[in-house]
Amino acid sequence: MRKIRVLVAKVGLDGHDRGAKVIARAFRDAGMEVVYTGIRQTPEQVVAAAIQEDVDVVGLSSLSGAHEHLFPRVAKLVKKQMGDKVLIVGGGIIPEEDIPALKEAGITAVFGPGTSLKEIIDFIKANVDVGQAD
Amino acid sequence: MLEQLLREFYQGSKLAAARIITMVENDTPAGREILRKLYPKGGRAYIVGMTGPAGSGKSTLTNSLVKLMRQQNYRVGVVAVDPTSPFTGGALLGDRVRMGDLALDPGVFIRSMGTRGDLGGLSWAARDALTVLDAFGCDYLIAETVGTGQSQVDVATVADTVIMVTVPGLGDDIQAAKAGIMEIGNIFVVNKADRGDADQVVRFLQATLELGSRDAGWQPPVIKTIAWQGTGVEEVLKAILAHRRFLEQAGLLAGLRQARMKEEVMRRVERMILDRLNNGIQTGAVLSRVYARELDPWTAAEKMLQSMLCSKQE
Ligand code: B12
Ligand SMILES: Nc1nc2c(ncn2[C@@H]2O[C@H](COP(=O)(O)OP(=O)(O)OP(=O)(O)O)[C@@H](O)[C@H]2O)c(=O)[nH]1
Ligand SMILES: [Mg+2]
Repeated sequence: MRKIRVLVAKVGLDGHDRGAKVIARAFRDAGMEVVYTGIRQTPEQVVAAAIQEDVDVVGLSSLSGAHEHLFPRVAKLVKKQMGDKVLIVGGGIIPEEDIPALKEAGITAVFGPGTSLKEIIDFIKANVDVGQAD
Repeated sequence: MLEQLLREFYQGSKLAAARIITMVENDTPAGREILRKLYPKGGRAYIVGMTGPAGSGKSTLTNSLVKLMRQQNYRVGVVAVDPTSPFTGGALLGDRVRMGDLALDPGVFIRSMGTRGDLGGLSWAARDALTVLDAFGCDYLIAETVGTGQSQVDVATVADTVIMVTVPGLGDDIQAAKAGIMEIGNIFVVNKADRGDADQVVRFLQATLELGSRDAGWQPPVIKTIAWQGTGVEEVLKAILAHRRFLEQAGLLAGLRQARMKEEVMRRVERMILDRLNNGIQTGAVLSRVYARELDPWTAAEKMLQSMLCSKQE
C-alpha cells in the first residue's frame, strides 16, 4: 500500500489558516504525506503545485466566503490537467446552501467546523484508491 | 503505458515527471525500469545541496536563488525533504510555503518529499528524484535537506556544491564545528543578517575555515544574506558559479562525481543485502543461538552472509 499524498491549500485572500494547519497535522498523524502551500494562493498556483507533487487529494480551506468562485475554479483546472482520479475536498465556513453547487462542480465533500477529524480522515481513506502498485 | 508516460516526459510534461517521481519514490518495479532508462540521459545537471539547521531559511534562500537562476534562463528543479514521523509514517511537507512564487514558472519543478525512515538529511527517493529531474532537462538542481542540525553529511554524496546555511544567535560555536558539517560546506551563508550579530558569525566561520577545507585550492566564501528580501543572494549565485568553475578547471568535477556514484552503488549493495536478510532467508535460527550466547555476533553475521550467498533466490 502506498502513502496517500495530500495538498492542503488556502486559496484567495483569506488569512484564516488555523483550520488548514489543524487538518494538515491531522492528515500527517494519520500517516499521510501532506504538502502545505501556505495562504494566498491562486487556483492556478494550487493546481501547479498539485501536479508537481502528484497528490491523490487536494484539500481546500476557506473561511471568508470566496469558496463559491475559487473552489470550482480549482476543481475545473485539476480535472482538466490531472484527470478525474484526484479527490477534491473542502472545509471551513461554508454555508449549507452552497454545498450542492460545490458538489456539482466536483468538490466531493465539504467539512465544516465541528466535523470530527476522524470522520474526515476515514472519508479520505475510503475515497482514495491506494491499492494499485503503480 | 510506460512508453506513453516516457514520451510525455520527454515532451516536457510536468505531470509525467511528477508521476515518474512517485513511481521511483515508491520503489516499484516500473519505477526501477524507468530509472534504468533515465540514468543514461542524466549527468548534465549541476546539483546544489542546501543544508543547515531547521528554520535557518533554506527554503526562503532557495526561492530567491531560483528566481535569479531563472533570470539567466536556467531550468531549475528543486527537491525539498522534510522529516517523516517514525511513529505514524506521515509527514508535513512545508517547504513550498516559501516557494509559492515559483509554482507557475514553466522552467521550475519543485517536489517535496518525506525522509521515509532514511537516516541522514536526504532519502533514497530524493536521490532518485534528482536523477529523474536531471533527465527531464534541468540545468540546476537544488536539494534541500531536513534541518536536523547534524548528520546532513549526506548531501555531500549528492551535491556538486554544498551550501551550508546558518543564522546568528545559535550561540554555540561548537555546534557549527561538530558533526563534520564544517567540512562538507563549499559555501557558507549567514542568513537572517537583519537579526542579531551576523558579522560575528561571519568572523567565526572565516576563522574556522582558514584551518582547512574539503578541496585544496578552494577557500569557502562566507556570505551574509537576508533571504526573504533577496539581499546577498546574488553573491550566493556567483559563489556557486565560481565553485563550479573551480571544480571544472581543476579537473575535479568528474572525479568527485565518480566517487559519489561509487558510494551510491555501494550503499545500494548494502541495502539490498540487508533487505534480503530481512525478507528471505532464515535469520531467526541464527539469532536464537546468539540470544542463547552460543554464537558471537561476528560468527552469526558470517553464517547469515554465507547462507545468503548460497541461497539461489534471485
Ligand atoms: C480565529 C479567527 C480569526 C483569526 C484568524 C487566525 C488564523 N491565523 O487563522 C483572526 C483574528 C486573525 C481573524 C481575522 C478575521 N476574521 Co476571523 N475568525 C476567527 C474565528 C473566530 C475562528 C476560526 C478558527 O480558527 N477556527 C478553528 C479552526 C480549527 O476551525 P476551522 O477553520 O473552521 O476548521 C475546521 C473545519 O472547518 C474543517 N476545515 C477547515 N478547512 C478545511 C480544509 C479541508 C481540506 C478539510 C477537509 C476540512 C477543513 O476542519 C477544521 C477542523 O475541524 C471565526 C469564527 C468561527 N467560529 O469560525 C472567525 C471568522 C472566520 N472570521 C471572520 C472575519 C470576517 C474575519 C475578518 C475579515 C475581520 C473580523 N471581523 O475579524 C478578519 C480577516 C482575516 C483575513 N486576513 O482573512 C468571519 C468570516 C465571515 C464570513 N465567512 O463571511 C468569521 C466566520 C466570524 C464571523 N462569524 O463573523 N479571524
Ligand atoms: N528575519 C528573517 N527571517 C527570515 C529570513 N529568511 C527566512 N526567514 C524566515 O525564517 C523562517 C524559516 O524559513 P524557511 O525558509 O522555512 O527555513 P528552512 O531552513 O527551510 O526551514 P526547514 O525546512 O523547516 O528546516 C520563515 O518564517 C522565514 O520567513 C531572513 O533573512 N530574515
Ligand atoms: Mg525548508
